[in-house]
Amino acid sequence: MSAHIVPESKLINEYAPKRSFLSIFQRWEWMLVGLILVDVFINTRLTPYFMDARNLSRASSDFMEIGLMMLPMVFIIITGNIDLSVASNMGMSASFMGLLHNMGVNIWVAAGAALLLGTLGGMLNGYLISKVKLPALVVTLGTYAFYRGLAYGFLGDQAARGYPEAFTYFGQGKVFQTLVPFSVALFLFMAVIFGLVLHRTTFGRYLYSIGNNENATNYSGIPVAKIKFVIYMLSGFMASLAGLILAARFGSTRPDNGTGLELAVITAAVLGGVDINGGKGSMSGAALSLLLIGLMRFGMGLKNIQGQVQGIAIGLLLIFSILIPSFIRSLSTVRKTINWRSALSTFIFLLIFVLFFVFFFWSRAAVIASV
Amino acid sequence: MQNSTSATQSVRSSLSNLLWSLVRFREAGISIFILILVFVVTLRAPSFLTTDNFNDILLNISILAIMALAQTMVIITHGIDLSVSSMIGLVAMMVAFVVKQNPEMPVIFAVLLGMALGSVLGSFNGLIITRGNVPPIIATLGTLSIYRGLVFFYSQGTWINSFELPKNFKMLSKGTPLGLPNMVIIAILVAIVVYYFLNHTRTGRDIYAVGTNPDAAPFAGIRKERIIFLVYLLSGLLAGLAAVLWVSRFESAQTNTAAGFELQTVAASVVGGVSISGGVGTVPGVLLGALLLGIIQNSLTLIRISPFWQLAAQGLLILIAVISDKWILSRVERTKK
Repeated sequence: MSAHIVPESKLINEYAPKRSFLSIFQRWEWMLVGLILVDVFINTRLTPYFMDARNLSRASSDFMEIGLMMLPMVFIIITGNIDLSVASNMGMSASFMGLLHNMGVNIWVAAGAALLLGTLGGMLNGYLISKVKLPALVVTLGTYAFYRGLAYGFLGDQAARGYPEAFTYFGQGKVFQTLVPFSVALFLFMAVIFGLVLHRTTFGRYLYSIGNNENATNYSGIPVAKIKFVIYMLSGFMASLAGLILAARFGSTRPDNGTGLELAVITAAVLGGVDINGGKGSMSGAALSLLLIGLMRFGMGLKNIQGQVQGIAIGLLLIFSILIPSFIRSLSTVRKTINWRSALSTFIFLLIFVLFFVFFFWSRAAVIASV
Repeated sequence: MQNSTSATQSVRSSLSNLLWSLVRFREAGISIFILILVFVVTLRAPSFLTTDNFNDILLNISILAIMALAQTMVIITHGIDLSVSSMIGLVAMMVAFVVKQNPEMPVIFAVLLGMALGSVLGSFNGLIITRGNVPPIIATLGTLSIYRGLVFFYSQGTWINSFELPKNFKMLSKGTPLGLPNMVIIAILVAIVVYYFLNHTRTGRDIYAVGTNPDAAPFAGIRKERIIFLVYLLSGLLAGLAAVLWVSRFESAQTNTAAGFELQTVAASVVGGVSISGGVGTVPGVLLGALLLGIIQNSLTLIRISPFWQLAAQGLLILIAVISDKWILSRVERTKK
């Protein structure tokens, strides 16, 4: 029987330990910086178009919708919850704006109404989670379908287009004739604000506290329900803001805009070191991981690798980001004697996976050749 | 005057007692919800309550029911498997390629091949979760995009179309030698096996034990890691089976086969009363959950709701089902006290 491992208290980790100079570099954020440097190095070697300011500027705006939704998602995941409805909320808000625009409403009024609708959507999530006390995963799974459905209901098979130039500036324009896209500047501004709130205010500390022990936090007189409500409301607002940016960038809105982005948002947050079980994580880590994912996808895109195949690399990175630290920890803490049974099972699994990939390549060869 | 009010009150309270004693079993909330829905829909569209339509619903929810049962076993251990849709997509594509190359192959080989391939994918999930200590939601989120990426890599973006598949393979899901479509019978068999497994075998009870208290389970002599590995393996195995049925039913394998299906399986389980925090969930409940989703989808078409509003109505009804279930449960708890 395997030895039972007593989970170490999360709370103790939150007290700042005595740090040596080197231990600063053991943080996950530095790991991300290293990975970013490696990625930049490899990509500049592979293609001359990578280190091109104009290309980089254009590619960066592709990730700002994910980034804007990621900021409140970091808050939510730190409290140990999750919001699966962000991308649907984004589609709903953008479609609502498109609907109003098609009806001839002034674009700024329509944008304001869309922001309001998105915020209301976040408030509905927050109400059901904090007051009705339904699990966050269940509620946001329901609203995931509901909000996306509303998006289809608003626009049907139509697309809204023909936004005025003043509006598309938010997605396509550059700040003061420089190469920095407006959406990137907006994201950086928001990231600083969200980072300050998370790391420099009591509200931010409460989020960690809820993530570590929600009951204890509640008994400490902290308004847990209210805080949860607020972060889901924030999430709704940011999702609709991301929807507007996306609409401005495309110059049009379709009801399926942003389908599946919620998983990209969660991936970015988790790869940034935000613990999915709550209580751990930093805004700088999340922002760095967004940069890493963006650069990786941009580099692979330049090498003509399909978007979905790029997903293999992102998925592996996500798993290894957790696998490797825990592997290193297990190596350093337990001196393993060679266990023949586990060695044998490892060998069998390796064999099975090798066989799988042999079959994988063998079975596709004939069909691919015939195409 | 005073008397009559108290009399009506006592009648009322005994009536409500009767009602609440009826709803004490766990699946009450969803059953009532289904009955109300059936009643309302039948008023609007009498063709709803016909055997033809009912067969149609059963055919449509078979794959969902199979995968919801797999998802349920995973959720009972306090995990989640988001990669089911990509596992289905990958196995569907691989099986379709093999079937296209070997049209003379007996159909049962395709089924076995699909289940074997699915098991490999599921055991990969199980390995990184148990050996690598990766939280299930992260691990399967990662494999969700890895497996989907492999589908594109495998097929190079090509599709397998209906004319490329042999007829007996296409009839695997739709043939009716036993009165009902094979696919429905397979789903019923899977449900019976899973019911027996979860309720009457030691390993099945261990799954509940691990989900109820993961820290205490090892002290009861339960090999927690093995149980968790097993549920992901089974999830992959059933995904493989579902993939073969999927290709056979829709007569095609595309690069985006089953994309987004993972959330439907979670929705069916959760609506069926499976607790997302582990340890709670029954096979009849999940089947009712899948049935509810099927009825909603079917009835929205029958009562002529615009297809564009159907997804919104589905989402709203799921929310209402979950909220009313929670409300009924809390009332039942109160009467128990």
